[in-house]
Amino acid sequence: MKRLPAFPTLVVIAASLYFLVPLYATFDFSLRMERGVLSFAAYRDVFQSDTFISTLSFSAVASLVAILLGALIVVPTAYWVRLKLPRLRPLVEFLTLLPLIIPPVVLVFGYMRIYGNNSFLPLTTTDPGTNVLLVIGYTVLSLPYMFRAVDNGMAAIDIATLTEAAESLGASRFDIIRRVIFPNVRSAIMSGAFLTFSISLGEFVMASLLNRPAFGPYLVQMGQDYAYQPAALAIMAFAVTWASMALMQIFATRKPGQRFLPRLPRLSTFAPRSARP
Amino acid sequence: MSFLTIQSVSKSFGANTVVREFDLGVRKGEFVSFLGPSGCGKTTVLRMVAGFETPTSGTITIDGEDVTRVPANKRRIGMVFQAYALFPNLNVYDNVAFGLKVHGMDAAAIDRRVKDMLDMIALGHLADRYPYQMSGGQQQRVALARALAPQPRVLLLDEPLSALDAKIRVSLREDIRKIQRELGITTVFVTHDQEEALSISDRVIVMNKGRADQMGTPSEIYNRPKTRFVAEFVGTLNTFDARVADADTNRITLAGRDIALPSSNGVTLKTGETVTVALRPEAFHLEAERPDDVTLEGKVQHFGFHGSIIRARVAIEDRSISIDMFNQASFTMPAVGETIRLSFSPADALVLAA
Repeated sequence: MKRLPAFPTLVVIAASLYFLVPLYATFDFSLRMERGVLSFAAYRDVFQSDTFISTLSFSAVASLVAILLGALIVVPTAYWVRLKLPRLRPLVEFLTLLPLIIPPVVLVFGYMRIYGNNSFLPLTTTDPGTNVLLVIGYTVLSLPYMFRAVDNGMAAIDIATLTEAAESLGASRFDIIRRVIFPNVRSAIMSGAFLTFSISLGEFVMASLLNRPAFGPYLVQMGQDYAYQPAALAIMAFAVTWASMALMQIFATRKPGQRFLPRLPRLSTFAPRSARP
Repeated sequence: MSFLTIQSVSKSFGANTVVREFDLGVRKGEFVSFLGPSGCGKTTVLRMVAGFETPTSGTITIDGEDVTRVPANKRRIGMVFQAYALFPNLNVYDNVAFGLKVHGMDAAAIDRRVKDMLDMIALGHLADRYPYQMSGGQQQRVALARALAPQPRVLLLDEPLSALDAKIRVSLREDIRKIQRELGITTVFVTHDQEEALSISDRVIVMNKGRADQMGTPSEIYNRPKTRFVAEFVGTLNTFDARVADADTNRITLAGRDIALPSSNGVTLKTGETVTVALRPEAFHLEAERPDDVTLEGKVQHFGFHGSIIRARVAIEDRSISIDMFNQASFTMPAVGETIRLSFSPADALVLAA
């Protein structure tokens, strides 16, 4: 049997411990809410809280709307840039990277000034208006991930020839985007979507400064007020992130017509060898 | 009257002119091939007919309708691409149905038409397959069915066989021609493969530097090339410098022999000038067949056995020429270095324009 190389193996073990030990410690701590026994009491406590449900729902809906808006903006943009404006691609890439460079606090203060009381569009004066601003903020935050995922997805298929093929068959540009481009970059959109979801679900700065009842501010508040529940929430947030990553992987590697899970053998057709004629 | 007319069409990309004053009329139901090397402008002309490029000048009409500025999706053309370009998210059935759905046809009519098309390409049993589950040849058949399903006015084929292996290429090109004849659809085929163009076309247009060097039937293109470029691009060619002895009677002096050519191949001769005379490898024989055949002596440099064909290189004076002969069981191969006599008919000698 081939022996594992010593040094790389040690590095992998050390890195794994660095990652897993704190995680285990947090998980272990989250189970010790009741004195002397290990239990899921902290988790139960969290789930029974109305605030938990409402903030999580709010953030989930805001994230989903941001994903939808992001896809509607990014897919046609990436498509058009690849098809007609390839020379502008570096500029568009740079613009989509800006949310990683500009802190969210700058972005949100900009929103508050532009869409504040004295604005031509005073969005911050009403709850729905502020929700719209939050969704737009999440959309902006998602741009680096969404654009990269969609652009890579388009690189994997020959967009120009598929467009010409569809045009020669009589399809309009709208038809092409709807029937050809969107379905073929669906897995790329899903990858971007899951990343966006996991990031915006726990986002704090924007939600807090816009004073929205979101999951991020709730997490911080819990951290200040309680001991065991924040550990449980951290483990749950971690699980959501990993579930998102797993789904992203499944969607990214699935081919059209392929099942998500392998087909199970049909038990009804099974007959013991001895029973066969 | 021409069904597809390309009139004085030019196309420039910036300062680079890739198609120059191109004229062509294609009759209804005709199969025309554009043949030429990479960069000769053949694909650009096809793309202008398709509507993917707009001519810098000139007009394109289909069935009397000026389509020069009509968008591609309104031209009612069908196109097959080198890279198949099947929609990866759709199975075979839905790929073929795509154009019909876009045109708003009702479901029952779509179903009938798709099934007819799949029967035509003999792939009805693969209707549920996705492109990645099929071979290149199968994908290209589906692409052909998809292009034909909406009953286009013109079928455009952009090097559809280039990505396929040799055997599939031959069978698919025969299928394409058979289907084209059955449907009577006007077809323009682009290729850089002379054998493909010559074997399936009604007419071949040999393109060079954005212009049509010669248009004609495959036989005319091969047997009577008008220019040196056409002669060299289509098939193998031996060229000789010859002096015009008498322009009025088409008499030339080639390798010391006085030869009377039956025709000057449309080239205006001037007594005393030097012209290029071309002979195909198969024009040579080891023995004179007719009294007026011209015989030259040469030294064998190489003899190659290719099954049905024997291919040799022979040095005549200061040049090396290529000859092809059909293999015969009784044939004795000359040894390398041996002097042999080669004969050709003056009728096979072609005077080439510069």
